[in-house]
Amino acid sequence: MTEPPLIQVRGLSKSYRRGDQLIPVLQGIDLDIAGREFLALMGPSGSGKSTLLNLIAGIDRADTGSIRIAGAEITTLSDAELARWRATHVGFVFQFYNLIPVLSALENVELPLHLTSLSGRERRAHAEAVLRLVGLADRADHRPGQLSGGQQQRVAIARAIVTDPAVIVADEPTGDLDRVSAAEILDLMDGLVRDYGKTVVMVTHDPRAAERAHRVRHLDKGVMDDHP
Amino acid sequence: MAIPYSYSLRNLWTRRLTTALTAAGMAMVVFVFAAMQMLAAGLRATLVETGSYDNAVLIRKSSQTEVQSSIARAAAAIIEAQPEVAVGAGGERLVAKEIIVLINLLQRQGERPANVTIRGIGPASLALRPQVRVKVGRMPKPGSSEIAAGASIARRFRGAGIGERLRFAQRDWLVVGILDAGGSAFDSEVWGDGDQLKQAFHRTSTYSSVLLRLRDPARFDELKKRLEVDPRLELEAKRETRFYADQSEMMAKFLRVFGTVLASIFSFGAIIGAMITMYAAVANRVPEIGTLRALGFQRWSILAAFLLESAFLGLLGGVCGIFGAAFLQLATVSTMNWQTFSELAFRFDLTAAIAGKSLAFALGMGLAGGALPALRAARLGIVDALRTS
Amino acid sequence: MIILKILLRNSLRHPLRSTLTVLAVAVAILSFGLLRTVIDAWYAGVQASSAARLVTRNSISLTMPLPLAYAPRIRQVEGVSRVSWGNWFGGIYQDEKNFFPSFAVEPYGYLDLYPEMVLADAELAAFRRERTACVVGRKTATRFGWKVGQTITLRGTIYPGDWPMTIRGIFRGRDKTADESPLMFHWDYLNEGIKRIWPGAADSVGWYLIGVKDPNRAAEVSAAVDGMFKNSLAETRTETEKAFNLGFISMTEAIITIIRLVSLAVIAIIMVVAANTMAMTARERMGEYATFKALGFDGFRIGILVWGESLTLTAAGGALGMALTFPAARYFESQLGQFFPVFLVSSTTLVLDLAAIVLVGFAASVVPTWRAARVNVVEGFRHLG
Repeated sequence: MTEPPLIQVRGLSKSYRRGDQLIPVLQGIDLDIAGREFLALMGPSGSGKSTLLNLIAGIDRADTGSIRIAGAEITTLSDAELARWRATHVGFVFQFYNLIPVLSALENVELPLHLTSLSGRERRAHAEAVLRLVGLADRADHRPGQLSGGQQQRVAIARAIVTDPAVIVADEPTGDLDRVSAAEILDLMDGLVRDYGKTVVMVTHDPRAAERAHRVRHLDKGVMDDHP
Repeated sequence: MAIPYSYSLRNLWTRRLTTALTAAGMAMVVFVFAAMQMLAAGLRATLVETGSYDNAVLIRKSSQTEVQSSIARAAAAIIEAQPEVAVGAGGERLVAKEIIVLINLLQRQGERPANVTIRGIGPASLALRPQVRVKVGRMPKPGSSEIAAGASIARRFRGAGIGERLRFAQRDWLVVGILDAGGSAFDSEVWGDGDQLKQAFHRTSTYSSVLLRLRDPARFDELKKRLEVDPRLELEAKRETRFYADQSEMMAKFLRVFGTVLASIFSFGAIIGAMITMYAAVANRVPEIGTLRALGFQRWSILAAFLLESAFLGLLGGVCGIFGAAFLQLATVSTMNWQTFSELAFRFDLTAAIAGKSLAFALGMGLAGGALPALRAARLGIVDALRTS
Repeated sequence: MIILKILLRNSLRHPLRSTLTVLAVAVAILSFGLLRTVIDAWYAGVQASSAARLVTRNSISLTMPLPLAYAPRIRQVEGVSRVSWGNWFGGIYQDEKNFFPSFAVEPYGYLDLYPEMVLADAELAAFRRERTACVVGRKTATRFGWKVGQTITLRGTIYPGDWPMTIRGIFRGRDKTADESPLMFHWDYLNEGIKRIWPGAADSVGWYLIGVKDPNRAAEVSAAVDGMFKNSLAETRTETEKAFNLGFISMTEAIITIIRLVSLAVIAIIMVVAANTMAMTARERMGEYATFKALGFDGFRIGILVWGESLTLTAAGGALGMALTFPAARYFESQLGQFFPVFLVSSTTLVLDLAAIVLVGFAASVVPTWRAARVNVVEGFRHLG
């Protein structure tokens, strides 16, 4: 493989303060994730897998170590720069969807585009296209309260890809869904990688979800397993 | 089975900020309410303390105040001769024929002038008023241009302190004494020799009022009837206590009414604040309520728990409001009494009744705010409540 | 802008909570406006004062009289255009509760010096002709249902006895700020009566009303008048009508101060209620704010969401409160009109209302805005689920 990995993590460490105690969560993590890869991160509760995901996504800061994504070292960016970087380079999918209740499905999907310089018409076109992709074009005007769990998650995925980021991070995306909906979501994510060349990093404790990934890595007590 | 009250208390403590803010709103309303009531009470207290039940005041009929009244010499002499008038140790009749003049004086601080009551007294004037005593110096000598100033006037007005001089009616009047009238209206007066003042103001033929001590306080009505009926005299008689109480009537009423109206309107805002808080409290605890119901607590106990919570909230606000209002007792208000047109100093008076009323008011606000939310909590269905995440 | 859209929709999310908050703000702004209007009403007399009129009173106090003999001497002073005089009568019509101001005036100069009191020429002439005539303001006339030609009787408090007089004119004010409550009758009628009861007190005037040719020279004319009577039996104090009225009001300054403080208290109360609402609301939405942050929105925009919602609620409540102030003021006037002859909501009050709205909207959301803008994404997500 001559291409350098899309995501390169070296010596990443993070601790949390609880009261006056310092609790180490990640200890010297090294990790390479290639482009067009579907990676699952597994581990028991408290293993630090969500923390690692948050750090890669740029919504949390490491204590030490480096994270290079598509050639950019994100640990040295300021808060404002990090926010701007996130807007166009990362898409988020959460366990509890995190849609804005007062916005329609279309408006929710459009939301990240407001941080770009696209015109109103262009934003709308992008959002509609992406909603079609996830099969919810007919529900564009519905509010999250009017959608099922699976449908909400699909809207969330649409929102995650609308700015065409290279990386999608997903934190327990199927955690709150029934088997059928979960399978649909995983199909979608798989399709994103195969057909659209995205890189998906997913945290899960569901073995069936992990099966759909191309590669599985395990974290335990802040330490990565030894498989490459 | 009732939910223990500690549940309500602890919930208030858990959401401390919200509790503090809501209680603060109610505290302020209670403060305003209490303050206005205290002001009215202080005004009445000052004027009530001013009179003695044993004394009777005579003024001209339909005059309402001493300033407007004038009694001819002859009429004053007739009053003095009445049988109900008490006689002193030395055989003298305990009667004081006095004149009242209002003088515009300048305050020590600030530019605002005020009308101050100058009372031209007779020899029995001090004896007839047991609540007044000479704090510093002495009483003015009869026949001299000396005056004694009430404590409030001496403190507030230029030239009214001991050893200072006031100038009016083209004469300088030396302040030789300070009077302590125990917080009554006389603290806001200046006393001088009646005859001297009458000359200075060219009022030689009339007095403003006549004050007398009743030999037997129960015989007042007879005196009153006899004097008021006589068409030559045109007099009105009142017990001294009643006379002064009447003089505060208009202002005290205004303060009370104004204060109550204001507090009522403000209480709307505070009640709404309490309502918002309690609705949010219920909304946040829906699963918890479902659990309590599932455990076997009945609807009324849920209702009671939330009502109790809002009642505690009200009480907290009330106590804080009263506490703040209590400090007002350190302040003195000095203003013109509309009825007498002259300066009067009085305080904020926190009575047990006012404290009680304020607490009840606060409790009422809390309960009013918490009633509807408590009802909502009580009417939740168990299954729906538990299903909410 | 999307932020505005979200902001407005957020305001409607909790209809009950939003409605209650709006109501609370409305009540507060209404109270504030009414209190200010009460204070304005207190000063109404000052507003209506003219700089071209001077009032001369006994320097001892207003309760001491001045000799009628002063009139021709005052007329001689340079700069004086007219001299008139009046006495406070303080009469009662049937019941003490029916209060309205009444005074005896010299009938020619006095009404000429008050062009703001508009009276039909025929009525003015009729009044001047007849010694037992009086004129009364429209407000008081309407209150008791009096008509021109009707004879009424006032009971004297200072000047005892019953004083019948015939209404020959009803005047109205030229401006909104004019006082339409007083009753005025002939000074000579009063004086004659006094001569009968009490000869020693006759030919005494309560105050002189002086018209000056040039308002800019008011101070000089005042000094000249006072200088003329210095060291005489009744020394005078002359000042502009405005200063005279201000002096009156300042005597009840303490009450006015209390009212001012109370009006500030109401703003404080509402700030606390609004702050509580915003704190609760913001806390509940922390997860959403975290989502915005995660998506790349900066703290400033998120702050606008919170602050904007707070401002929307207070603006809605404030607008409602301001609108209600007018009918409330009219009601107030109908109840307390006898104490406050003029009761108008001034434009200054409205401006201050707006200032209060902005202040409350801002202050109430300061802390939640700060917290939301600086939300730590990971912490914020902990709030969810």
